[in-house]
Amino acid sequence: MADTVASASGICKRFVKDGALALDGVDITVAAGRMTGLVGPDGAGKTTLIRILAGLIVPDDGDVTVLGRPAIDSDRSMIGYMPQRFGLYEDLSVIQNLTLYADLRGLPVEEREESFGRLLDFTDLKRFADRLAGKLSGGMKQKLGLACALVRTPRLLLLDEPSVGVDPVSRRELWDMVKALAGDQVGVLWSTAYLDEAEQCDTVTLLSEGKCLHAGPPQALTDSVEDRIIRLFVPEEARRKVLRKALDADGVEDGAVQGASVRLMLEKGARRPTAAALGAPEDAEIRPARPRFEDGFIDLLGGGPPGTSALAEHYRAIPRGDMPAIEAKGLTKRFGDFTAASDISFSVSNGEVFGLLGPNGAGKSTTFKMLCGLLTPSAGTGAVAGFDLRHAKADARQSLGYMAQKFSLYGDLSVRQNLDFFAGAYGLDRREARDAIDRVVEVFHLGRYLKDNAGTMPLGFKQRLSLACAVMHEPPVLFLDEPTSGVDPIVRREFWTHINGLVEKGVTVLVTTHFMDEAEYCDRVMLIYRSRAIATGTPDALKAGAGKEDATMEDAFITLIEASRANENGRDAA
Amino acid sequence: MSAGFDRRRFRAMLVKEARQIVRDPSTFLIAFVLPILLIFLFGFGVNLDTARTDIGLSRQDDGAAARALAGAFQHSRWFAVRQTGAIEPLENALVAGEVHGIVVIPNGFSREAAAGGGDIQVITDGSSPNTAGFVASYADGVRASWAAARAAERGQPAAPPIALVPRFWFNPALASRYFLVPGAIAIVMTMIGSLLTALIIAREWERGTMEAIMATPLGMGEFIASKVIPYFLLGIGSMTVCTLIAIAVFGVPLRGSPLALLVIASAFLIPALGLGLLISATTKNQFVASQIALLTAFLPGMLLSGFLFEIPSMPRWVQAITYAVPARYLIPPLQTVFAAGDNWGLFLPDIAAMLGFGLLFFTLAIRANRRRIA
Repeated sequence: MADTVASASGICKRFVKDGALALDGVDITVAAGRMTGLVGPDGAGKTTLIRILAGLIVPDDGDVTVLGRPAIDSDRSMIGYMPQRFGLYEDLSVIQNLTLYADLRGLPVEEREESFGRLLDFTDLKRFADRLAGKLSGGMKQKLGLACALVRTPRLLLLDEPSVGVDPVSRRELWDMVKALAGDQVGVLWSTAYLDEAEQCDTVTLLSEGKCLHAGPPQALTDSVEDRIIRLFVPEEARRKVLRKALDADGVEDGAVQGASVRLMLEKGARRPTAAALGAPEDAEIRPARPRFEDGFIDLLGGGPPGTSALAEHYRAIPRGDMPAIEAKGLTKRFGDFTAASDISFSVSNGEVFGLLGPNGAGKSTTFKMLCGLLTPSAGTGAVAGFDLRHAKADARQSLGYMAQKFSLYGDLSVRQNLDFFAGAYGLDRREARDAIDRVVEVFHLGRYLKDNAGTMPLGFKQRLSLACAVMHEPPVLFLDEPTSGVDPIVRREFWTHINGLVEKGVTVLVTTHFMDEAEYCDRVMLIYRSRAIATGTPDALKAGAGKEDATMEDAFITLIEASRANENGRDAA
Repeated sequence: MSAGFDRRRFRAMLVKEARQIVRDPSTFLIAFVLPILLIFLFGFGVNLDTARTDIGLSRQDDGAAARALAGAFQHSRWFAVRQTGAIEPLENALVAGEVHGIVVIPNGFSREAAAGGGDIQVITDGSSPNTAGFVASYADGVRASWAAARAAERGQPAAPPIALVPRFWFNPALASRYFLVPGAIAIVMTMIGSLLTALIIAREWERGTMEAIMATPLGMGEFIASKVIPYFLLGIGSMTVCTLIAIAVFGVPLRGSPLALLVIASAFLIPALGLGLLISATTKNQFVASQIALLTAFLPGMLLSGFLFEIPSMPRWVQAITYAVPARYLIPPLQTVFAAGDNWGLFLPDIAAMLGFGLLFFTLAIRANRRRIA
């Protein structure tokens, strides 16, 4: 057993008197030389636990020992801490940030040169040493944040969601960097909402709503659903219908679309059903598949939602026109000398799910806002449901439902008042409004929150309310900007059940996400990287391009980003 | 944060703070541009001295005395007079705001005057009380001096047995900029000490850097010192700029010594910075911090310090409140050092009061910080 650098037991923390427990009896141990994952959706208590270990918050109950002393009194020069927004001074340069943290953490002056050299080499920031931290890209800021945490080799390294929102290449580089720089003396605590990152940790603590659901090697949780995962290969156009039927079938606990196949998790002890029982053609092939950490998590939470979307059941059928539902032609947006989106073109036909994939800051939301008429393009044109955004902005907006990234409803109005407002804003008359509100309240289980301020609801319910407000007027086109960011996998499944159901009714969906695996639900995907579209195609076609067996969307994206970077370098050289 | 004071960590924080000040245009704006703006505003724009005021004069008596008094009003350097017989047009003018008061010389005034009496009526616009008070007292003044002159002409002893000959010390011309400019310096130091300090610490919370430096061995003492010292120097710097402008541009005399001015200003910056720290310890949000700073530092400094409104003329309970406003102890010594000269006997109690407030605020701020981090 390796040395324990930090341990906590029975941690309880409540922020609001008589409110919910942010942490409820959590235990965690971080051992030297090992990667400990702290995994869970937003609001699970990850940041609170990390702050407790950093000695920034004192728990209401429980013992915390860091480097052999109580956390509040530990030797902080031996703790490397990278908070969620990296803790960088944006108006200081790269080297000034490093110097500040070196001084604060008491790095001996004679070691400074060597330490800086090594970190700048590793992070590839040497060229930018004199650049202001605020002028770095997201991926570079993240690396600088890590360098500041490691400027004096700590014994405990606390990383609070270091990889959120950055591109998969940077994520992978960061992971390798932590492994290499930390070596076998440092205990690393890596918190993340990405469940695939958890699989790579030596040991994992899985938090949900302040409680610890699993502690131990990630494999143990993954193994608990061994032999229960199958893939059902069906014709591409049938996969959504098959998924719906399969999820409603007996013995199926959870399922998702994966490219041209449907991936299912069976209930414990359930016999493998026939293809026909799952609603697929009888000759459809069924293959066992490898379980993932996420499957284990969903199993712990009691399985995913049923396959039929009550929202879609009541939705009007959208007539299929000949016009493309969404069309972007050379959309470009420049802010000063910064190009946020460059020459983005695509066309989405009726009843199609089209995904925009890319890291934060790549230009997804900018493209989105141009198509909603919220931003005027610097060049190019767009049309929604046949309405050109230049001449018929209002008509175009009326025919789309928009769910913004982040919670953008009125937090200090009640849920009911928000619904009333949006029903009015979309021009529903009194009776329509009443019916629509009753329906979404039932579908999204909002009944118990109706009188509460929308801002005080848990994240999952906020996202549900946002979607509810976007679909009340039954628009033919839906724009969803990061609808599932930060929510737990059950809520994610529920969202996709609704989306799949609506698409079957003929609704066209444009969705952005930085969860690569969610791209699998889309009919077609466009990868956006550094404001350019670097590839468009079906998920399976893109994965095939990655050139390796059983490639994930993430592999595909990494291959494409590397090709794009090589291309740019080639251009620079020429 | 841990205890103890490490010079290297402190120096690193100081260097960081200085770099940020240099690089951040908004700091420069609040520390230098705004003070200069304020000084010019108070120096030129706000003027509590009166020029000629428009009034109406209704002379309803045709006697010689009435005509003579009307002439006295016409020639007064305080009034621009619009004279009529009937009062009605003047009433309309008063309502329309064209005149600020009406003096009525009633029918029978000359007869009464001959008998040694003679009342006039003054109607003023109570919706602007300052002007109303001015019109009333100056109108009475005109009448009184007319009566005195008339009595002298007739060889009678002056009607008021005691004549008041006012002589204003320290500010002989009663130019309001002489006391407004030192007051503006107080406002400027309040802005830098409380508002700017609260803002920059709230900014560290908002940008997430506070969390990162709190997780280092940085001690509370080092942190506070690294925030206080740069903004103390900035406060003194902009006080100096204001003083130089006051002397050079507005001809405000500095009769006391620069040393006394420096000591007084420094003593005031201590509670101002303490309040800034206290505000930032209670909010992590720049917007809220600026609101609280306005309400707790800026407005009391403006209204309750004796800068714009004299404390002795306030209601008793408001006077009681002013004792809790640190700026109240700054204005008198500041005005004294400008207008009169060094008088340490007067300065020291005020300086002691300001330092007392400083101690209180710093203690509270350190406590609040410790509780939140812990």
